[in-house]
Amino acid sequence: MSEDDDQTEAIAARVRDAAAAGTPVAIRGGGSKPFYGHRLDGEALDVSRHRGVLNYEPTELMLTARAGTPLVELEELLAANGQMFAFEPPHFGGGATLGGAVATGLSGPRRPFAGALRDHLLGVRIVDGNGSVGRFGGEVIKNVAGYDVSRLTVGALGTLGVVLEVSVKVLPRPETERTVCLEMAPEEIHGRIEDALRNGAPITGAAHDGDRAWIRLAGATSAVTAGADWLGGDTPTDETFWSRLRDHTMDFFRGDTAEPLWRLSLPPGGRSPDLPGKRVVDWGGQLHWLRSDASAEGIRRETAAIGGHATVFRGGDAATAVFTPLEPALARFHGRLKRAFDPHGVLNPGRMYPEF
Amino acid sequence: MTATTPYHTDDTAFAVQAPRVIERLRAALPERSLVVEEAERRAYESDGLSAFRQLPLVVAIPDTIEQVQAVLATCHDLGVPVVARGSGTSLSGGALPHPQGVLLSLARFNQILELDPERRLARVQPGVRNLAISEAAAAHGLYYAPDPSSQIACSIGGNIAENAGGVHCLKYGLTVHNVLDVTLATIEGDIVTVGSQALDTPGYDLLALMHGSEGMLGVILEATVRLLPEPLTKQVLLAAFDSAATAGNAVAGLIAAGIVPAGLEMMDGPAIKAAEDFVHAGYPTDAAAILICELDGGTEEVVADTARVDALLRDSGATEVRVARDADERARFWAGRKAAFPAAGRISPDYYCMDGTIPRKHLGEVLTRIADMGREHGLGVVNVFHAGDGNLHPLILYDGNTPGELEQAEAFGARILELCVEKGGTITGEHGVGVEKINEMCIQFNDAERETFFAIKRAFDPPGLLNPGKAIPTLNRCAEFGAMHVHHGEVAHPELERY
Repeated sequence: MSEDDDQTEAIAARVRDAAAAGTPVAIRGGGSKPFYGHRLDGEALDVSRHRGVLNYEPTELMLTARAGTPLVELEELLAANGQMFAFEPPHFGGGATLGGAVATGLSGPRRPFAGALRDHLLGVRIVDGNGSVGRFGGEVIKNVAGYDVSRLTVGALGTLGVVLEVSVKVLPRPETERTVCLEMAPEEIHGRIEDALRNGAPITGAAHDGDRAWIRLAGATSAVTAGADWLGGDTPTDETFWSRLRDHTMDFFRGDTAEPLWRLSLPPGGRSPDLPGKRVVDWGGQLHWLRSDASAEGIRRETAAIGGHATVFRGGDAATAVFTPLEPALARFHGRLKRAFDPHGVLNPGRMYPEF
Repeated sequence: MTATTPYHTDDTAFAVQAPRVIERLRAALPERSLVVEEAERRAYESDGLSAFRQLPLVVAIPDTIEQVQAVLATCHDLGVPVVARGSGTSLSGGALPHPQGVLLSLARFNQILELDPERRLARVQPGVRNLAISEAAAAHGLYYAPDPSSQIACSIGGNIAENAGGVHCLKYGLTVHNVLDVTLATIEGDIVTVGSQALDTPGYDLLALMHGSEGMLGVILEATVRLLPEPLTKQVLLAAFDSAATAGNAVAGLIAAGIVPAGLEMMDGPAIKAAEDFVHAGYPTDAAAILICELDGGTEEVVADTARVDALLRDSGATEVRVARDADERARFWAGRKAAFPAAGRISPDYYCMDGTIPRKHLGEVLTRIADMGREHGLGVVNVFHAGDGNLHPLILYDGNTPGELEQAEAFGARILELCVEKGGTITGEHGVGVEKINEMCIQFNDAERETFFAIKRAFDPPGLLNPGKAIPTLNRCAEFGAMHVHHGEVAHPELERY
């Protein structure tokens, strides 16, 4: 890490100039998730040079790094100390950065069992739309001083501030990890893993690839063995399943299909949305990846009917809202928050919702 | 005890015509839902932070959501402050009434609306007590994880408003990690739900924003909380140390070895003695510090972890390690820790509970400096500590009937909080800022950061009527506090210079 790695001043100056001129910027980290959210027109603001680990104390279960630091580097560092990000952030490409993980707020297969990125976030340092640098949250696990601005930046797609630094809680890596495959329908997964959890099985993944269910156990060897015995099923030979699911490198996610990829986020233990198309299920049934040519309206109506929401994850057309539209009162609060953080409307305007 | 009103003149500049407010509320609420007489309002003048007292203008205790909205509409139309209150157990004065305002009690919203054991969630009204959720869930082998020490009395609405913690946070999280959605009434008349039963929600994470917002963004009407399966097995170890620093290093040793205990608590010598005298838990009263470590999981896993923790604690310099032989002994190991606050109440007429968090590595130094400060202020202090997550609870011992001691206790407490910030920590881990730590917010956050907080406040409460004067200090308050600070050199409170 050199002094060049600290781009705070340069980034803040760029935002101040943009605010003065009223010209939007399009924030870019590793460039691994440009498909997510609405297309942006602004001038590129590259934060990938703002990088480096600032503080990592394994015995405090805490890591602070600059936003441009690649996830791969951080995960190697954590692994060398027997630790990990428990929320299993997707990479979707080699260059994925910590700042990008926060801005998109996405978490991997472990999410229902270990919490999301937002659950492990301890603090952030951001540049707001005035070019002013602020620090919110901190480096300690319990902290309720002031409004929770750090979690507000999670999944905000850079619309509230440019993330400069991130502090996250990290956890020990499990002693043992094992996967079993079971012949069952996606709708049966919830009940089966609930029974297993109540019998002490340390489940950290529960997915369905269209043919069969994949259940991952991780933790103390004794608990993993007992849990796997309790679940039964076969031990698969494919050890890359979870990373291919996490990073969308499975065949289902690739290919040149014209159908958009929908992400349906659902309540636990409900019925599956009745929609045409092929799907891969994750999160014990609470996350459906759907390839479908059904209308956006139809998909959203059916998903909402069972208490969920639907996102056009990849391949949508420009006319379709990427995220489920907000009800009027919530939209009003979103607009006001956007103006509070970015009064000139220069930070990734429209990437999340066209209105702001 | 001296009673003080902590409101700044900035926070009490509302033009309120009391008769008009009461007249409108009378029209909107049944008679039994309105408390106007001074003698009856007295019952609401304090919350769990009894050093502060303030009579509200009037108390409203609605039965229905429509009545809550009517109260908020009245306050909105007439420009009247409104302070929501659950069980009134806040340790930071979060529910302290406003002198010009309505105190809005949610006590009658005390129903568990739905408990779904298959989907492991409970839909509850805000006045439901924390422990009542776990009691109702117990029949299904489930429980609600956050367990603040006031859990027998505190309400879930208050828990969300303060983002309450407890002794199992390192493994099971704070309130924000265990709530799926919250329905709020806004001062502008909306009813909105933030979060959902799905694992994420479109838009900004307003659910997280509401946690710890101290009643300043909306009034909580309902929440859905996540329930967890009761662990199959639990074990508790108790280890004694001849210094707090050694105990702190032992905690680091456990974490470094990959252990994440369900609970990991520390008590210092004075706390051990006070607790032992009170509940006779069998604690080693000659120890400078003890650690109480709870492990949970499958039977084999807990047996294996217990052996590892036992060995690690001994390697770290524990003078004694006890493993509970049965459920009774496990309960006894916990009993002293859980009774630490009342135990402090037995050895001192009054005590003042602080709530800072520090990176754990500074524990030894911080405890030494707290002891030094205690001597400077002429006050005793006992320390209990959520060791796993760095959350300190120094209990400052004082006598409110001795003139000047409350002021000394407050000054001492303020210095502890500043020390936490200096060490890279925070002024509040789980009790909230309220009125208690509002000055110290000027130290932890700069003007621009506090302006961000005010901007968020204005987004949800443009007229600034919800719990004004709490949590986020105004520029004027910080300017005055800063002048006091800088003017007299390094010490926070000028009156201390004589010591």
